[in-house]
Amino acid sequence: MVTAERVWEALAEIPDPEIPAVSLVDLGVVREVEVEQDRVRVSFTPTFLGCPAVEVMQRLMADRIRALGGKPKVEISPEGWSTDRITADGRRKLQESGFAPPTGTAPVTLVQIQSAVHRCPYCGSTDTRLENLFGPTPCRSIRYCEACRQPFEQFKTL
Amino acid sequence: MSAQELLALADDELILGWRNSEWTGIAPFLEEDVAFSSIAQTEIGHARAWYELAAEELGTDADALAFDRQPDEYRSARFVELRLVPDWAATIARHWLYETADAIRISDLKSSDDPRVAGLAEKIDREEIYHRMHADMWADRLRNEPRFAEALETLWPYALGMVDGAQRDRLCEGAGREPVTPIERGEHADELRPLWEEMTMVRRSIPGATW
Repeated sequence: MVTAERVWEALAEIPDPEIPAVSLVDLGVVREVEVEQDRVRVSFTPTFLGCPAVEVMQRLMADRIRALGGKPKVEISPEGWSTDRITADGRRKLQESGFAPPTGTAPVTLVQIQSAVHRCPYCGSTDTRLENLFGPTPCRSIRYCEACRQPFEQFKTL
Repeated sequence: MSAQELLALADDELILGWRNSEWTGIAPFLEEDVAFSSIAQTEIGHARAWYELAAEELGTDADALAFDRQPDEYRSARFVELRLVPDWAATIARHWLYETADAIRISDLKSSDDPRVAGLAEKIDREEIYHRMHADMWADRLRNEPRFAEALETLWPYALGMVDGAQRDRLCEGAGREPVTPIERGEHADELRPLWEEMTMVRRSIPGATW
């Protein structure tokens, strides 16, 4: 028998396709799970609209639900995702794997981004500077830590 | 919002996304390769989202709208169709003018009566903040360069043609420029056809193929 609780547990085990250190639940992209007999409806919000991982995420979720014996329907929620939705656990896992979690709340300004309030995930120093607003995926910027001389990826605040 | 209006938005984003992607691998330095590629990716993502809304009304899908129309059926503004590589000054001028105009357009769409349009505009607006910051940073850096000033002058009537009615006054204010006769949406730039040939090439090679 599929239950919402079991679906949530299963979704919490799916690593993000681009940042496998965090799960889809950690990232806050899963909004709702509704179970009606064997039908499972998941409402999900992609991070960035241009994120190429969206379809992979949908497929991974559908596969897990099928494995639980449910009939999945993974729908894209009309509500926007924001980095505020990343859980405390998710932030800790990001930090531990060398991604600085998003800081503050949107909308951010260039002055804020260029300021040194961003903490290096390796040494903890705030003596960091913006290297590039854009990075390897739409959700990340590149910063450089002057203290430990290490470039790092900063999750954009959205 | 009519399907034709949604298509104008989507086409602008798709074509500009393609133009931005032309810098991938040949930008003046590596950081800008990454930046323009990433901006291209998000613009095309926005195009897809608008196409999906239009597709619901027109009973088709986003890919068909993006790639199965003839060049003269596109609703894009001439502004985004111009091929500007390898002119970096002109590219930054368009980037900055586009983001300034797009911010006005998106801010109006956020108060649309259609909740799907308003919701999407809200989401896009958040992402666009990063494009705007990038454009502002570069416009500031090139501010005193004669080639940049010249490019702004040349592209200005095209930029005005991208937005409608009262948005044009706001664009004049936002860009700090005097009004001129806009180059209206409708006729396409000569460069659209070769771009269309390229971007629809795979799709046209085996019609109806699935991936």
